[in-house]
Amino acid sequence: MIQLLRIELYKIFKRPRTYISFGIVAAITFVIQLAMLTDGKTFIGFAIQGINEQFDIQGNMLNGYLVTYIILQSLLIHIPLLVALVAGDSLAGEANMGTLRLLLTKPITRPKLVLIKFVSSFLYTVLLIIWLAVVALFFSILLFGTGDMINLKSEAFIMILKDDVLWRYFAAFGFATLAMTTIASLALMLSAFADNSIGPIISTMGIVVVLTILSNLEIPLFSHIKPYLFTTHMIGWKGFFDEPIPYAAIGKSCMVLVAYTVGFLATTIFYFNRKDIKT
Amino acid sequence: MTPIIETHELSKSFKDFKAVDKLSFSIRRGDVYGFLGQNGAGKSTTMRMLLGLIFPDSGSILINGNEFNNGRRDLLSSIGAIIERPDMYGYLSGWDNLKIFAALSGGKIPTSRLHEVLEVVGLKGREKDKVKAYSQGMKQRLGIAIALVHQPDLLILDEPTNGLDPQGIAEMRQLIVSLSKDHGKTILISSHLLAEIEQMATRMIIIHKGHKVVEGAVGSLLNPDETLVEVITNKDASIKGKLAASEWQKTIKTIEDKLITFKMNPANTPALNRWLVAQNIDVLEIRSKHSLEEYFLSLTNDTVTKN
Repeated sequence: MIQLLRIELYKIFKRPRTYISFGIVAAITFVIQLAMLTDGKTFIGFAIQGINEQFDIQGNMLNGYLVTYIILQSLLIHIPLLVALVAGDSLAGEANMGTLRLLLTKPITRPKLVLIKFVSSFLYTVLLIIWLAVVALFFSILLFGTGDMINLKSEAFIMILKDDVLWRYFAAFGFATLAMTTIASLALMLSAFADNSIGPIISTMGIVVVLTILSNLEIPLFSHIKPYLFTTHMIGWKGFFDEPIPYAAIGKSCMVLVAYTVGFLATTIFYFNRKDIKT
Repeated sequence: MTPIIETHELSKSFKDFKAVDKLSFSIRRGDVYGFLGQNGAGKSTTMRMLLGLIFPDSGSILINGNEFNNGRRDLLSSIGAIIERPDMYGYLSGWDNLKIFAALSGGKIPTSRLHEVLEVVGLKGREKDKVKAYSQGMKQRLGIAIALVHQPDLLILDEPTNGLDPQGIAEMRQLIVSLSKDHGKTILISSHLLAEIEQMATRMIIIHKGHKVVEGAVGSLLNPDETLVEVITNKDASIKGKLAASEWQKTIKTIEDKLITFKMNPANTPALNRWLVAQNIDVLEIRSKHSLEEYFLSLTNDTVTKN
């Protein structure tokens, strides 16, 4: 199993396209950081103008923690696409290249192959989130320093003390890894159904976009299904920046995401184990 | 002796299309077994079923006497295969591809073995190049190297000469014959060309529209006495009578206008020619082909006509 995983990771990281995702994450992050460096003070002033009338706010508001939060808000919408680029390609890409038939003439069981593809997609997701943590959090702290973090919500204003922020970020990145693993398992499942990788990548994004819209629509018709959509729970990481932290809701979101991941993976194994390889 | 592969009434349909229909055949250890059929006859589907890539609707496959589905993993360790094109990871080098598939073949394969198979297929010196820079022939060779690297007993090669130039085809033939003779491999090789199978195989099967047409030793199926010798002459009214009274009478198959067809050993063609000339019959052309070839071509023509 370890040997197979090593081979799979070798294949993933030998492909130039794998690094596009890391490049995109770095590029978007640096653009936001640059914008904050030049216009950050104006932005913060505008954001807290209502609060300033009621509170006397002192200190470095435009700090690395706030900039990271802004980056995460922007990027966590796009990261599913980057995860789908690799996970959606994992089985369908092999089918498209014709290497799937060569792989399956080797003494490897199909469930094992699916599991290896899943674990390698998971590790890729972990690395992408770590990379996001490094470029967003580490460089933002380096550029803007640290300080108390303000979390501006539509109905509340939350101030988190400087010493209480960092662990929340690590927890949020952990949660994001779980959410992106669900996306990876969805993309892998769609990849098993297809023989070229474009279909699964676009389908994954289509599903995520449609379900995210449903999750955000305040229409009574959808209120019954919202709690069951994985997209509703993908934004659970924001809970770590609430006060008090809604541990029960975060725990529930984790369970829903794990259930979806297991469901997608089981469906992939069930289907792929019976699939005729005709490419 | 237990056949290395045995199928019983193997069938597979894709929607309404019956690709393979109750196909039974057996391959003995040491055979170079030719799998002959026109495009779409069901060769690749059968080979994919033998490798577990496609699941049969009914029938059974025994490899070394064991039910394939029961011991799929172990059985695949003793098989090397190329199915259709030898597709590999183009962004990796030939060496990387070989190393990856060797590692997946079960058991630890020493680096010296990788060098050995590269030598056998004639790719030594080019192994560090990326596969996307390889010619079709080089990819075929690398495919064979991958199929051979774990020293399997059985090689399944689906049209391995496809896309090769004449020199490549000749070299591939030589390699296959050598793998059988010098390395003792049992080889199942498919082709849509009878001449190709004739030059390599010891036993063969012809399939058409998923059915078995004929199976047996190439020597007996391509018995020289079954060769059709066609002679084109100037039209001569007396020829029928002269032939009827001659020793060639029993070898005549048809006489149509200027074309006379004999079924005989082609070694007797010079004697026939001499006799015709001695009878003052002008011989414009003599050509020979095997009756099996004629039959095989008729299958192909039948489909071409219908299409």
